[in-house]
Amino acid sequence: MLYREAGQFKTSYTADMAIFPIRQDRIALILLLLFAFVGIPLLAHFQLWPLGSDYMLRAILIPFLILSLAAIGVNILVGYCGQISLGSGAFMAIGAYSAYKFGTGVHIPLEFLGTEIRIAPLPVLPSILLGGLMSAIVGILFGIPSLRIKGLYLAVATLAAQFFFDWVFLRVKWFTNYAPSGSIAAPDLHFFGYFVHSPIERYLLCLVFVTVFALIAKNLVRGNIGRQWMAIRDMDIAAELMGIRPLYAKLTAFAVSSFIVGVAGALWAFIYLGAWEPLAFSIDRSLQLLFMVIIGGLGSILGSFLGAAFILILPILLDQVPHAFGVPVSVETVSHLVFIVTGALICYLLIVEPHGFARLWSIAKEKLRLWPFPY
Amino acid sequence: MLRKTLAAATAATAVLSGAGFVLSAGPAMAQNEQFIPRLVYRTGAYAPNGIPFANGAADYITMLNERDGGINGVKLVMEECETGYATDKGVECYERLKAKGPTGAAYFSPLSTGITFALTEKAPGDKMPILTLGYGRSDSRNGAVFAWNFIAVGSYWTAADIAIQHVAKELGGFDKLKGKKISLVYHDSPYGKEPIPALEVRAKKDGFIFKAIPVTHPGVEQKSQWLAIRQDRPDYVLLWGWGVMNSTSIKEAAAVAYPRDKMLGVWWSGAEPDVIPAGDQAKGYKALLLQHPAGKFGVHGDIEKHVYAKGQGVGKDTNGQVLYNRGLIDSLIGTEAIRTAQAKFGNKPLTGEQVRWGFENLNLTAERIKQLGFEGMLKPIKFSCADHQGADEGRVHQWDGKEWKIISDFYSADRSVVDPLVKEVSAKYAAEKNITPRDCSKEQ
Repeated sequence: MLYREAGQFKTSYTADMAIFPIRQDRIALILLLLFAFVGIPLLAHFQLWPLGSDYMLRAILIPFLILSLAAIGVNILVGYCGQISLGSGAFMAIGAYSAYKFGTGVHIPLEFLGTEIRIAPLPVLPSILLGGLMSAIVGILFGIPSLRIKGLYLAVATLAAQFFFDWVFLRVKWFTNYAPSGSIAAPDLHFFGYFVHSPIERYLLCLVFVTVFALIAKNLVRGNIGRQWMAIRDMDIAAELMGIRPLYAKLTAFAVSSFIVGVAGALWAFIYLGAWEPLAFSIDRSLQLLFMVIIGGLGSILGSFLGAAFILILPILLDQVPHAFGVPVSVETVSHLVFIVTGALICYLLIVEPHGFARLWSIAKEKLRLWPFPY
Repeated sequence: MLRKTLAAATAATAVLSGAGFVLSAGPAMAQNEQFIPRLVYRTGAYAPNGIPFANGAADYITMLNERDGGINGVKLVMEECETGYATDKGVECYERLKAKGPTGAAYFSPLSTGITFALTEKAPGDKMPILTLGYGRSDSRNGAVFAWNFIAVGSYWTAADIAIQHVAKELGGFDKLKGKKISLVYHDSPYGKEPIPALEVRAKKDGFIFKAIPVTHPGVEQKSQWLAIRQDRPDYVLLWGWGVMNSTSIKEAAAVAYPRDKMLGVWWSGAEPDVIPAGDQAKGYKALLLQHPAGKFGVHGDIEKHVYAKGQGVGKDTNGQVLYNRGLIDSLIGTEAIRTAQAKFGNKPLTGEQVRWGFENLNLTAERIKQLGFEGMLKPIKFSCADHQGADEGRVHQWDGKEWKIISDFYSADRSVVDPLVKEVSAKYAAEKNITPRDCSKEQ
């Protein structure tokens, strides 16, 4: 009744190729963005429910946004291009550590050449983007094996990236500016002379990054390059016969994916954690991102958000339920229960809907079109 | 169908708003209560060591409530949050608990060096003191730079110094250290890496050959490290492990026949959960003491009487263990800081900022320690603006297969070794973060 596209005529090619062709979708998206950009900061500013304290912003929304961004990156590689990657944590780490190095000044002594490379500390925004770029370069390097190996074998190759970079950031002291403990603290967040400090500002900063990259990603996957990725995913031999170069398609997927994941890693380190060690980007993080993508929906930008919300927020929520209702159970029982319930829910969801939340969402939309007379 | 859809929509809305409620609002609290958050880990690879510490810290607070009705009439309320020793979970717990209670959290004690590093970045903005009892950033002793960190009783650098002093004593003097080989087997994390600079300085000063051997988290795989030790035959092995890593190290040492009495653990590698799983192989293993030994003291009697006798408390089975006792001291220092702050700000619930003043002006004299029932566990400790550590002493104890026996007197860390390091590293941090150090001569 409400969600029906009858009567919306497209009179130009531009309208036909619009990112959201249905008017209701556009309105919903604008409302959502308005709420995210204006509503939430207003609620937080006036400390209204449910944003009475910074907890919601700092411990839920900021990590949710950053992990959604990382999930979008992983989804491009795994969901759109079909290259299974277990190295996303490593690419986040590369983004974080490169951004840190660019933000605090790079100094490479080349004594055997009698020279040195010195780059003065860069502002935060270029540092984060350069962090993403470094991650993209490494992503291309580790993507080269994907031209010869496929499926689970490729997953093992990306796993190697994960362990290699864990090792590098633990052992090569240059990356941590010779900090005695190996833990490093992010530089202050100055953007164009403005000091991003309060939770609301940090939230908005993350939101800007996520919105921009989500839009870029959405447009990429609708376009030429995205179609190449999907062709490779669906059947690489057929794609090659149709004139798609696997080298170009696969490596661009690795590059774009690692770039976005790298930026997310830099944000995770700079905005959420503040100080970090390689353990923050361990194999657990890679698996977490992969689960987000699988549960959210492979090959869907929206699915990345839904998956991130499910994997990140559900355990936190379950963790607080017994306490909020005054049930006296010890913390270890609760944390074991969280594991059990989350695991069971994941199994249940994948049995009921193997294509993830994104598929559920599109089924709901189909039903809404026919509502109230579904058949 | 319509009814079904509507019912589903209503249910979904109810669940969502319930979720919002759970995430945003806690139970209402009475006004005359001081909230103490407890970041704990009772699950995961580090749980064997996390549990006794959490038990001790909780039982002491329960005891204060039962015996004295809190602190000067202000009841203490605590809530545990499980971190699993993971930094991101610790940050989430911190955000969840920092604003609870009528005045917010009193202080945080994360029991993880990684979480300490992350919270150090957040504490000044939230005005929240961080108590790290014998762990955390060694350079945070410098209160002029680290106004919100309190690395009470000892740091890894004092531990490293005391360890070398004990080795020198066993060898018969500092001059005997020359040319000796001392290796450090460490947990490859900020925790394990902290002592390395202090040991390097000592190695240069005393002329021993120092080698650092990392063990990857969580530390159950150490075969290659101990094979390297068998090849290298160091005169002493210092152990900087945590959780399952400690007992694994002892077992691996036994497997390559490295003498256990030439192993010296830090005070986080010297408790019952570290040696009992290794059985007889742990006999002779030595470790530092963060002043206090295992066993029962005055305060344990009070806990027995006011907590366990009333059927309360969580740590009956760990009572008197090394880490349980350390948990008691953790809560002792935190609650005494609250008491000190109350003397200035009045007997009411205090904010983190006020409790920070209490920490900085905390002065636990020998007499006061005796009064509190901690005689024999703790030496006098006094914080000041310039010194957020307050004490430098440590001892050594040895596992005889059944219990820990103290085998040394108190050592006092050599300030001429540790202080320049504290100064150098904290100055570097201040420069990186644009912190202007406070002028401690002007603080009262």
